[in-house]
Amino acid sequence: MPGDVHEHLVEAIYADAARIADRAVSRPGHQARPTLDRALDHVLTSRIWGFPIMLLLFALMFWLTIIGSNVPSGWIADLLVGKFWPLLRQAASGLPWWLSGLLVDGMYLSTAWVISVMLPPMAIFFPMFTLLEDFGYLPRVAFNLDRAFKKVGAHGKQSMSLMMGFGCNAAGVVAARIIDSPRERLIAIITNNFSLCNGRWPTQILIATLFIGSLVPAHWAGLVSAGAVTAVALLGIGFTLAVSWGLSRTVLRGEVSAFSLELPPYRPPRFWQTLYTSLIDRTVFVLWRAVVFAVPAGAAIWLSANLHVNGVTLAQFLMQYMDPVGVVLGLNGVILLAYIVAIPANEIVIPTVLMLTVLVTGNQGVGEGAGVMFELDSPEATKNLLQAGGWTLLTAVNLMLFSLLHNPCSTTIYTIYKETGSVKWTTVAALLPLVLGFAVTFGVATVWRFLG
Amino acid sequence: MKAEPIPAGVTPPTEACATCSVYRAANLKKLGVNMEQWDYMIALAGNPNTGKSTVFNALTGLRQHTGNWPGKTVTRAEGGFAYADKRYKIVDLPGTYSLLSTSPDEEIARDFILFGQPDVTVVVADASRLERNLNLVLQVLEITDRAVLCLNLMDEARRHGAVVDDRQLARDLGVPVVPTSARSGEGLPELLKVISDVAAGRVVCRPHRLTDEPPAIRHALNELVTKIRQMHPELPNARWVAMRLLGGDENLAEALRRGEIGGAAVNRPSNPAVA
Repeated sequence: MPGDVHEHLVEAIYADAARIADRAVSRPGHQARPTLDRALDHVLTSRIWGFPIMLLLFALMFWLTIIGSNVPSGWIADLLVGKFWPLLRQAASGLPWWLSGLLVDGMYLSTAWVISVMLPPMAIFFPMFTLLEDFGYLPRVAFNLDRAFKKVGAHGKQSMSLMMGFGCNAAGVVAARIIDSPRERLIAIITNNFSLCNGRWPTQILIATLFIGSLVPAHWAGLVSAGAVTAVALLGIGFTLAVSWGLSRTVLRGEVSAFSLELPPYRPPRFWQTLYTSLIDRTVFVLWRAVVFAVPAGAAIWLSANLHVNGVTLAQFLMQYMDPVGVVLGLNGVILLAYIVAIPANEIVIPTVLMLTVLVTGNQGVGEGAGVMFELDSPEATKNLLQAGGWTLLTAVNLMLFSLLHNPCSTTIYTIYKETGSVKWTTVAALLPLVLGFAVTFGVATVWRFLG
Repeated sequence: MKAEPIPAGVTPPTEACATCSVYRAANLKKLGVNMEQWDYMIALAGNPNTGKSTVFNALTGLRQHTGNWPGKTVTRAEGGFAYADKRYKIVDLPGTYSLLSTSPDEEIARDFILFGQPDVTVVVADASRLERNLNLVLQVLEITDRAVLCLNLMDEARRHGAVVDDRQLARDLGVPVVPTSARSGEGLPELLKVISDVAAGRVVCRPHRLTDEPPAIRHALNELVTKIRQMHPELPNARWVAMRLLGGDENLAEALRRGEIGGAAVNRPSNPAVA
């Protein structure tokens, strides 16, 4: 009976809508969709070409980002770290050593690193991504992924929240609201962290450039690094599907809902406006967030490097504890400590790693008013510093994997709690990727050492 | 967009005005999120990917990110603008295809229109996909008395070779219809004018309503309507609410019981409905 009334209502509305639309719309030329749209869709969502084109487009974006951001990154680092830092140290030489250390070597240096490491790749990558989004390509990606999601027992609309997650996981988690069924919505929320977010792209791009691109001759370096980042992003999609499959076969079993996915028309993006909004909304937003977290993190790191516990600094003390675990995972204590410091924002992982590495490598000059030992004004210099800290190719590969597979940032965790209202599922969503990250890095490190 | 030919050499005044900065500056003041005090509240509803956020941004001067894909806005965004000495608060609702199912985004949209009692609900529709968009328009018209249809993406409809008779549409729907292309700003001055007219009551809507009902439930329906009118006299269409309750809409029943009527209208101390 209630069903009848509902049906009646829906039918009446559809009938009226059809009647009114019919009276108002005429099509003199009787054209259907523009043929260009149709031709594009035919290729972009084709069973054969859909995925290869998607891969090529993403790889192309990473490649442009990598080759485009090297030089400006060097300029900014040269300016902020190479020129301003010594000047600031000089200017602060009248202050007590702990104050100048805290301000200049802690807060200023971490902020300078955030800006030089993150600004150029973001300023290139985000506008390209936004242009692609405005053009209407993302729904086509969702369309291509839809089949895969259905196969693993998840909702096809999850491909949309996944795409949102490539911008920001907190936004991706909120976007899962478009999924009606609570079961499928939970799956989408829990797996959203496998989409690389704004804060993690720069880490991926930098590490791939430094360690993986340098394995091959210079003219291939950009392509190979881009390929590596694409592979990690794809691995993320793979984990999304695999974990969705696992969840829908075990704790979140149920029917797959049917739905229709609308492919919007292709719209020529308004280039300058897109450039402007993506710079303001994404680049400056993410950069600001990174700076806000980098300032206190820089202070905390400096303090931990200068507060002594039983004769060693607090940072060394903590890292000594974490190093054995880190080494087993093919990482190191510095990286693990950096990921704890970076829980509020993934953006500050790299600057934290750099600062901690400076400390570990025994360059006690930092904070004691002694000479400047590293001029990180080129990617090469950054790499030399990391290698001095004991980094190998394995460390780099596993850092890229761990950056993909670890707990979400605190903002995302809080958003998951607000969206699910459940401590249990929030805990699952926070810890599941971390456990996977430990398992995967441990596995890779073990195999690597066995083979090497 | 319109059928009437325009005499050569004469530009329609509205278009000339729209591009004139003096005209716009005098009338529209984009207030961004600054809206402590406002005279009218506007809700922006519509199917996904019809340009609601673009209209929202154009009116408020905010730059909420717009994207070419359905499901971009899942939360309410709020902003404000001033037009002809009145201050307006505008709420961008999540895009939905209907208000009849129970997904969270549809509930947000429905509850806001039904219980938030906006002064004007602007439904943004895709002119090139009118029939499907009208399904939502008709549902919105069932739950509010004051609505404006913003017939957006007229440029795309033209590109697809469709001609939409907005006057016929306005007659059939009983609410003002304004053709726009929000991306290029076309039609927005007219939209503002119509919004202010409906908000101030200078234009009275007679929205299209479903009239027939299954004979079997007529008696029950009438009884329920009387009760709902007593409990919630501020609801614009008790009959629709009754139909939905008889149709088994648990969430709506729950919202009525909780008295969410006050809940959604929290920002409005002057509203007598807030007990």
